[in-house]
Amino acid sequence: MSSDAITIPALQIQEKPWVDLLHEWVTTVDHKRLGILYIVYALVFLVFGGIEALIIRVQLMHSHNNFVSPQVFNRMFTMHGTTMIFFVVMPVLFGFANYLVPLMIGARDMAFPRLNAFSFWLSAFGGLLLYFSFLGGSGLYGAGSAPDVGWWAYAPLTARAFSPGHSSDYWTLALLVSGFGSIGTSINIIATILCLRCPGMKLNRMPLLAWLNLVMAGMVLIAITPLSAAQIMLLIDRYLGGHFFDAQAGGSAVLWMHFFWIFGHPEVYILVIPAFAFLSEIVPVFSRKPIFGYPVMVAATICIAFVSLSVWAHHMFTVGMNSYANSFFAITTMAVGIPTGIKIFNWIGTMWGGRILFKVPMLFCLGFLFQFLIAGLTGIMQAAAPFDWQLSLSYFVVAHFHYVIVGGILFALFGAFYYWCPKMTGRMLSERLGRWHFWLFVIGFHMTFDVMHIPGLLGMPRRIYTYEPGRGWDTLNLIVSIGAFIQAIAILVFVWNLISSYFKGAKAGNDPWDAWTLEWSTSSPPPPYNFATIPVVASRRPLWDLKHPEDPDSLYE
Amino acid sequence: MFVLSSLLLAPKALAQHSQTSIFAPQSTPAKSILDLSIFVLSITGIIFVVVFTLLVYSISKFRAKPANANSEPAQVYGSNQIEMAWTIIPILIVVVLFLATARVIHAIQDAPEPAGAVEVTAIGHQYWWEFRYPKLGIVTANELHIPVSDPIHPTPTFLQLLSADTDHSFWIPVLAGKTDLIPNHPNRMWMDPHRTGIFLGQCAQYCGVQHAKMLLRVSVDSPQDFAAWVRGQQQPAVQDQSVMTGRQVFEHTACINCHTVSGTPADGRFGPDLTHLMSRTTIAAGAAENTPQNLRLWIDDPDAMKHGSLMPAMKLSDADVDAVASYMETLR
Amino acid sequence: MSAVASSAVEIPPAWTLPYRGKVAMASLIIAESAIFTIFVVAYLFYLGKSLTGPTPREVLETPIFFTICLLSSSITVHFASKSLERNNRATFLALWSLTIILGGLFLFGTGIEWHRLIYEHGLKISTNLFGTTYYSLVGLHAFHVSAGLIMLTIVLIFGLAGQVHEDQFRRVGVLALYWHFVDAVWVVVFTVVYIVGR
Ligand code: HEA
Ligand code: HEA
Ligand code: HEC
Ligand code: CUA
Ligand SMILES: [Cu+2]
Repeated sequence: MSSDAITIPALQIQEKPWVDLLHEWVTTVDHKRLGILYIVYALVFLVFGGIEALIIRVQLMHSHNNFVSPQVFNRMFTMHGTTMIFFVVMPVLFGFANYLVPLMIGARDMAFPRLNAFSFWLSAFGGLLLYFSFLGGSGLYGAGSAPDVGWWAYAPLTARAFSPGHSSDYWTLALLVSGFGSIGTSINIIATILCLRCPGMKLNRMPLLAWLNLVMAGMVLIAITPLSAAQIMLLIDRYLGGHFFDAQAGGSAVLWMHFFWIFGHPEVYILVIPAFAFLSEIVPVFSRKPIFGYPVMVAATICIAFVSLSVWAHHMFTVGMNSYANSFFAITTMAVGIPTGIKIFNWIGTMWGGRILFKVPMLFCLGFLFQFLIAGLTGIMQAAAPFDWQLSLSYFVVAHFHYVIVGGILFALFGAFYYWCPKMTGRMLSERLGRWHFWLFVIGFHMTFDVMHIPGLLGMPRRIYTYEPGRGWDTLNLIVSIGAFIQAIAILVFVWNLISSYFKGAKAGNDPWDAWTLEWSTSSPPPPYNFATIPVVASRRPLWDLKHPEDPDSLYE
Repeated sequence: MFVLSSLLLAPKALAQHSQTSIFAPQSTPAKSILDLSIFVLSITGIIFVVVFTLLVYSISKFRAKPANANSEPAQVYGSNQIEMAWTIIPILIVVVLFLATARVIHAIQDAPEPAGAVEVTAIGHQYWWEFRYPKLGIVTANELHIPVSDPIHPTPTFLQLLSADTDHSFWIPVLAGKTDLIPNHPNRMWMDPHRTGIFLGQCAQYCGVQHAKMLLRVSVDSPQDFAAWVRGQQQPAVQDQSVMTGRQVFEHTACINCHTVSGTPADGRFGPDLTHLMSRTTIAAGAAENTPQNLRLWIDDPDAMKHGSLMPAMKLSDADVDAVASYMETLR
Repeated sequence: MSAVASSAVEIPPAWTLPYRGKVAMASLIIAESAIFTIFVVAYLFYLGKSLTGPTPREVLETPIFFTICLLSSSITVHFASKSLERNNRATFLALWSLTIILGGLFLFGTGIEWHRLIYEHGLKISTNLFGTTYYSLVGLHAFHVSAGLIMLTIVLIFGLAGQVHEDQFRRVGVLALYWHFVDAVWVVVFTVVYIVGR
């Protein structure tokens, strides 16, 4: 680790032959490189998943459309959902966690660098396995059958009788493998946060991002594993003749639903908590105030994590549970709104009385706040079980969760890109393109997903490849589809911004946003060892203390 | 961001144009759900307006201005009173929402079955519906006939929901919320339509290739019409000598392994009962109108009409297809 | 290159954090517990739901001896790592080998039980729901025992080659922790399968 490690990698890139460079990236165990690998990998899959979404939208543009066959359509939404959840949002969040957590807690790497690399490659392999099904899903000769059982893969659709060939096995194995990767990474995140904090970084001084990722990793441990267990059972059914989900032999289709949603519901909070984490870092910096109610934010997150373990059957209001079970899951589900609301209010509290700078990262965070509010409230509507007997399995649900995931998580993620890319590459992303990206995406998003609620209320079920004319759905679907293409343009602008600024962007310097956490104290991009000397901290905002020696935070905590 | 207001207004306007809007209930369960929905929508609407206003206010009030460009604002770390306030108010709201919800859950799910109720067993099959009336001895498909229920002498219909293969879901938005049909897991639902007419819906739970064309029609009849319909359905199949050839082709082909025509050797249960085929307005679960041309087309090549349906093309000669189709047309 | 921190405000005197191996193993155990929970739930849910025989009552025999073997191996592994900490290498190796033997015996017990069920009672994984859930749950546990035995054996080989020293006691302790977990799971599986399940 000599001084040349500090120079910008872009310069090194030109010096080394590409084989060496490739070898370096493939064999790397550095948390920053693995973080970037995760992120790039997720962006590639975002394009795959997005193209699948566009195919769905073209098919649904008007009634009785024949753009794709029903079989292909069913594969498209299955692959779209699976890809987006497991191979876009999960890895991109792990990527940011990998990159940022050690830097923010003043560590030189993750606790287990090699496990880290192993986990990444497991997840990466899982994604490739899933997509290989397009070629090998029916066995070598009957090519071209990706899984078509929906992303919940409800039994008995996955039974051999209804899902011949191997497409369901690709779904199962791909998610099993990437699930093990996620567990590995989570163990790593937990061990890193608990065991590698720099001197003075007590738990109650950790940046919220580290806290929320700790909670997220803990949830992964207990939420992904039920899915793995259920998938093992599914494999036993499919290959060893077991009967777990086989109604003919007394098995239960409902049991799979429970197992899936015991995973599936906490999973959505696993996805959203890191998004909360981004907000909790970005909103304070651009409001020029510390986060409002730090301990409450931590408590609310832990509370969300716990409550979210007991709400899973709100995805099953229509399967015929008795009225007590329905009431129980209705109240627990509504209860999640309380800690979530606390978080929203605390972010507003952070902005209140601040000096808000409308830089692109902040714009995306504000988009998050508005959209997440609406998405949460439509969630509350669905939590009212009888209301959900109408809404469930309709496009209203599809609109709800895209509102959270695209309007919430994706917006927060884009904010994170604009905020931390300068740290990762040493160059600023263009503000001008960023604004284009933001406004195009806002327009596309609202065209698509605001309108999508209405066909749901008008009785349009989800997962249908075509629909009858005369139900009042045609025009609405056309608007939705156009919106999806505007989103695609926005994402192209974003990708262009990433590429062009990587080569031509303004130099970032160590601390372009005048921020307060430790990652901004080292160079951009940071050297392989992150910090020349391990920092020592005395408060939640070490760089604030440094910049304001007359009035350091450490006096108030 | 205008979604919530449009949620409240647009569907009402659109309800007129759509026969499947949840905002135009025609039966007690659908009506009580709508009442709850309006209540929930209003509460969430109020929350939305309040929080939205707070957000807009803080964004416009506290934006950076040239005047304060060089100074940091006062550093505020939190406030316990405020945190308490915005914890307790949502708790109260949740309690209210929950009580309203629990009431409707109980009212719909635990409703007792009155003596005059009509009982129907609905069985979901991959891409079509089977309806059995155990007390009346009727078997039919895809189009459910039930009597209108007047408030003084209620004749609600209670459905027992079963599945022959994968999951399905029974959903007629204007009559009731949906309930799934799951193998090995019998479910129950009920409805008491207040007016006569045809009500549309479709299978809501993904069940395979043709989930999209598993449509549902409910015909709500006046008591007289319903009684007449029941009598008609209880008759054995019409025996019409003029279509003997078609009948013979039908009975010597695999058709009879899957279809029933009562009073004939055909007693298969894999496909819809055809005894009174012509009493239905659509075929193949709403995939097409029940016209002679469509029937012929269907028998000739089901895939052309409903790609992936589980009825195979029987590869009959044109003449045989014509004959069978004519036979079908006599099954009134 | 300014790697920074705040000025000389109280540098915490003794900054000790937990050992990462232990934290990681604890996390892994939490994750594994969730997997086992799901399998146990499935087992309990399907009790008495098989449409055909044989039933647990007809064919299961309580494996008392092998259970004692497995549980006592928890004690031996504990004292093995304690003796390593005290740099008592010979005792360590002896106890460690004993652990492996006891674990191996247990696995052998599972083997003969399965052999008996399959060849005497015709109970296979595909026979009925009981077969499916029984072999899955017990098999999942046996898989964990096997994985543990492999790791224990690797340590033993290194130990015999004189490569395991007392400064590695924390690492060995992590493995011991895993082994305790495998035992604890057996207590649950045993209760569910052989006590509640009959
Ligand atoms: C990151 C993702 C994410 C998040 C955060 C949420 C958050 C919530 N979701 Fe959502 N949801 C999904 C992703 C997500 N969801 C997905 C992917 C599906 C469908 C999967 C599929 O079927 O394929 C789904 C489906 C789904 C259903 C099942 C619908 C059905 O299929 O029938 C329900 C039902 O209750 C529900 C409810 C909720 C609720 C109550 C919240 C709450 O957490 C929201 C809390 C937030 C607020 C309430 C707003 C802010 C709060 C305040 C301003 C305070 C005041 C408010 C009150 C007092 C109420 N969601
Ligand atoms: C992370 C989660 C995530 C994300 C980000 C998205 C993003 C989008 N989703 Fe998806 N979606 C799901 C998760 C997600 N979705 C899930 C879980 C399901 C349920 C699946 C199931 O039922 O099993 C679902 C289902 C689903 C459906 C319902 C399908 C059905 O029920 O029949 C629809 C329909 O419109 C849809 C649309 C979209 C659109 C338009 C976007 C857009 O926001 C996408 C925007 C992105 C792009 C457009 C990519 C950019 C593309 C490029 C840069 C390349 C440009 C190339 C060309 C123009 C050729 N999604
Ligand atoms: C392998 C089983 C099978 C065979 C053989 C079969 N059918 Fe069918 N048939 C079905 C199924 C399943 C459906 C329902 C298809 C759907 O709606 O998706 C159906 C639907 C129909 C319908 C429409 C019924 C309605 O009410 O919608 C008609 C008419 C019909 N079949 C006639 C025939 C004739 C005539 C033959 C022989 C030439 C035949 N079927 C052979 C399985 C079969
Ligand atoms: Cu039946 Cu969808
Ligand atoms: Cu949920």
